[in-house]
Order: sequence, then structure tokens, then C-alpha cells
Amino acid sequence: MSDSISLAEICISAASKAWKDDGEILATGIGLIPRIAAGLAKLTQNPDLMMTDGETYLISEPAPMGKRDVSYDQVEGYMSYSRVFDNLWGGKRHAMVTPTQIDCFGQTNISAIGDYTSPKVQLLGVRGFPGNFINHKNSIFIPNHSVKTFVNGEVDMVSGMGYKNKQLSNGKFEIKVVVTNLGVFDFNGTDNSLQLLSLHPGASVDDVKLNTGFEISISSETITPMPSEEELILIREVLDPQGIRNSIFGE
Amino acid sequence: MDKVLTHDAVINDLSSGMTIGIGGWGARRKPMSLIRAICQSDLKDLTLVSYGGPDVGLLCAHKKVKKLIFGFVSLDMIPLEAHFRVSRQNNEIEVMELDEGMVQWGLRAAAMDLPFLPTRVGLGTDVLTHNPELKFVTSPYSDEENLVAMPALNLDVALLHVNKSDEKGNTQIVGPDPFFDELFARAATKTFISSEELVSTQELGGKEGAIFNRFERSLVTGVVHSAFGAHPTSCAPNYGFDMKHLKEYSDAAKSFEEYSSKYMNKTHEEYIDSVGGSEAIKNIPLPQF
Repeated sequence: MSDSISLAEICISAASKAWKDDGEILATGIGLIPRIAAGLAKLTQNPDLMMTDGETYLISEPAPMGKRDVSYDQVEGYMSYSRVFDNLWGGKRHAMVTPTQIDCFGQTNISAIGDYTSPKVQLLGVRGFPGNFINHKNSIFIPNHSVKTFVNGEVDMVSGMGYKNKQLSNGKFEIKVVVTNLGVFDFNGTDNSLQLLSLHPGASVDDVKLNTGFEISISSETITPMPSEEELILIREVLDPQGIRNSIFGE
Repeated sequence: MDKVLTHDAVINDLSSGMTIGIGGWGARRKPMSLIRAICQSDLKDLTLVSYGGPDVGLLCAHKKVKKLIFGFVSLDMIPLEAHFRVSRQNNEIEVMELDEGMVQWGLRAAAMDLPFLPTRVGLGTDVLTHNPELKFVTSPYSDEENLVAMPALNLDVALLHVNKSDEKGNTQIVGPDPFFDELFARAATKTFISSEELVSTQELGGKEGAIFNRFERSLVTGVVHSAFGAHPTSCAPNYGFDMKHLKEYSDAAKSFEEYSSKYMNKTHEEYIDSVGGSEAIKNIPLPQF
């Protein structure tokens, strides 16, 4: 089994460690890889995590990706959007999200690219990013590590705050981990700079430097740990039996 | 007491330049038959407050929007709203872009008849850069923390789609998430409801049904009976998103004429026939997320 481990599976395993020490909070993985990773975290690292079915209900077992059998019903509680807001304003949440841009301060953008008055590319809008980043811990997944995502200078429209404004968050702002297609990072370098923690197999320090629009600390050149046999079984048979994860990198 | 109105009667009660709040969320439980009626009217220069979906996009496509107060505009399974994007990228609309929770806070302040509510949300972001009208307030307590004073979002009108209503405006939202419809109703001078079903008070289901009554009837100005009135958005538990239609609608951002001639400038009944009829909508499965 382990000789055909995909990049998606390596990223899911690495990303799942983000929630390890969070205790009993709401884990929200937005997008394919973050969602499977949150599920894996609940099944391995931290069974106390709460999570939703992606809509309105808290569920006791992670919902598998793709079309689910109608018999799937693990509802344990209620989590309407109004309650999600109340929860996150209290700080009891850790989300993993995929911004379109991120900068050296950890500031993120999902609003618009280019001039704000008439954007070159209008995206979603800031959504909940301003509230999420000032109120609770977040992690980041970037499937396309490049100078277009890790931008030089500041992001075009700061949607999620960054380390340069950390003092405004009453101690709650933190980017726990950044997982990309090249490696695993955090913002615990000198003065909260982005630092490389590990490289995925096949990626080099040069790849990372070439594809990051700002200075990055290289604290380690170790290889990202491979998913364990247990993790692979959970990813492949429980969380994503239809293999939807493999679409993210065209594997 | 009889608050039952036609679509036309609601439109006659609106005027150009109004601030209109629209209930629902993204492509879920939007009062689309009322939105189409606005598109077909002479109304213009509207300010919209919305957790936006095709309501915002369709009004943008018909050049009805002067200003949009929003946190996002999305069709859910199609993440980016193509018509809204065209309006933004061509600088056709003013925007007040806010965090989703700031929108909630602004509606809540209006609902409570307060000038503002304090929050940390917005600090450290370009939400403040691009909305210089947002001011700050210092905590009067010993922490002396500097906070954003999120101003009340007072609405002239709220438009909401619900599952059931009686003619007095006792409404029920029985889908799992009532979103922020209650706050829209409380923030508005007048609230107009479109309802899947128009039933007698007895048929609302007594105590068990009353759990789904999310706001009281005194907030409701008028009720329009509009079966499948949320189409192409979802109205759980009655029907899901019409993905095929949403795709066609989204693709129409390149050229709106064909979509418009097929689906616009119709009565609600004609519209429902044009999109496949009530039986077809009834059979659209609820989405899984």
C-alpha cells in the first residue's frame, strides 16, 4: 500500500496534525484537502474535536466525501450559521482555509485581485476571514505554491489579518500551520516570518524559494513524514472512499 | 387580518433608491420570484444588503443596484457569482464589503434600535481601508480597548422566502438553517414575505409548528403565495438547488439576452413552466455538502 502514496495523502496527513492540541473545539476544514484532514484529525489526533456535516448539524463521525448513503446519520448537535458566528466570536474554533493570496505577514486575501475599485478579478468577498483570523486559530492549505499565491509585498485586499497586527486580537491570532504542494511551514521564524518545517518528497529548498515572493526562513530540510498505515486506511476507506482527493493535484 | 398580496402589489410598495435587505444565504432560500419582479419593474438605484447569491447577481445584471453591502456573493456549488463579478470588475456598483459577522452585527444593531455595536472584527484588515465611514469606539472600562463601531444597517424593506405562512403573516422556516432572516425582518421598516405554502393558522401545526416560527407576525407587512418561489435556489426541505439552471444562469454573464428571453418578463407561473414545471422542481434532490 505505502509504495503508491499520493501527494494529496501526504498533505492530508501533514495537515491533520494542525488540530492535535486543540482540545474540544470546532474544527472546520474548508475545501477538499482541509476537510479530509479535519476528519483524519478527529479519527486519529484529537477525538474530542467537533465538526459539522458541511451544512447545519454537528456530527459524531466525520462525513465521508462525495455522495453519501442516505443512511449516514451521525448527528450529535446543531450548528446553524448564526451559531457558528457565536462560536467563532468566542474563539472555540480552528479553521483550515485556502486563500487566493498570502503575504509575509500571514495576511490573506479572498476578496479581489488588483485595483479595488474595479478589480482585475473579483473573488468571493472577505466572507468570514476578518472575524475568523482575529478571533481564533487558523491554518492554511495552498495547492499551488507560487509567487502568485505567496506574494511579494502585501496581499491586494487584506481579508484575514496577519502577524503585523497581532496585538489587536486580544491574544487569539495564530496561524498554526501552512501546508502546500511543496512542504509544511509555520510563521514561527524570526519576527514571525514564514519558515520551512519540512519538504514533501521531490520538492527542494530552491523550489520553495523560487515560488515564494518573499524571504523565507529555512529551519529544516527534513522530508515530510509519510502517512502511517492507519492514516492511509482511514483516508482511503473511511473519509474519501471515492478518491476525490486525487483530483486536487490531478493524480 | 389579511396580509396576502400579489407580486405586483409588493413592487408597488417599493421605490427607487430604497435600501433592501434580502434573506437566505448564497444559493439557499432566496425570495427569487420577488427579485425577478423587481428586475421587471422600473425600480432602480437600490442599495442591497445580502448574504449574496443569484439575488444579487440577477439585480446586477438588470442594472438595479447602486450599492451593495455584503460579505460574499456565491452560488455555493459554483463558488463565484458571474453577474456580480462583471458589475464589480466594470466598476458599475458601489460596495460596502464587510465580514459576514459584521453584517449580522449591523442588522442586529438596527434590530435593537442602536446606532452601532462594538466588535474587534475588521481590525487589521482592508475592510477598514475601503470603508472609511466605519468609526471606532474606545471601551469606557479599564481595558480601554479600541473597537470597531459597526453601524446599524437600517433597511427600508426586507424580502424573505419562507416555507409556510398564514394570511396574518405567521411564518415558518422549517429548513434546518433559518440563516439571518429574523434579523433582516427586525432591521426593516417593512418586511414582505414570499411563501411556498399559504395555509390556515390551524394548519401551521400548533406548538410543534411554532418552534419554526422565527419572528413574530407584527414584523410582517405582506405575504405573497409563491410556490417554488426560491427557484433556482434551494428551499429545504421542499427542493434543492437547480444546478443545471444555475449553470445556465452563470454562463449567461457572457451574454444575457438568451437567458433573459427564456426566463425573464414572465408571471411567476409562466416562469415555473419555463424552467420545467413544478413537478420537476419538486424532484430536485436536496444538496449534500
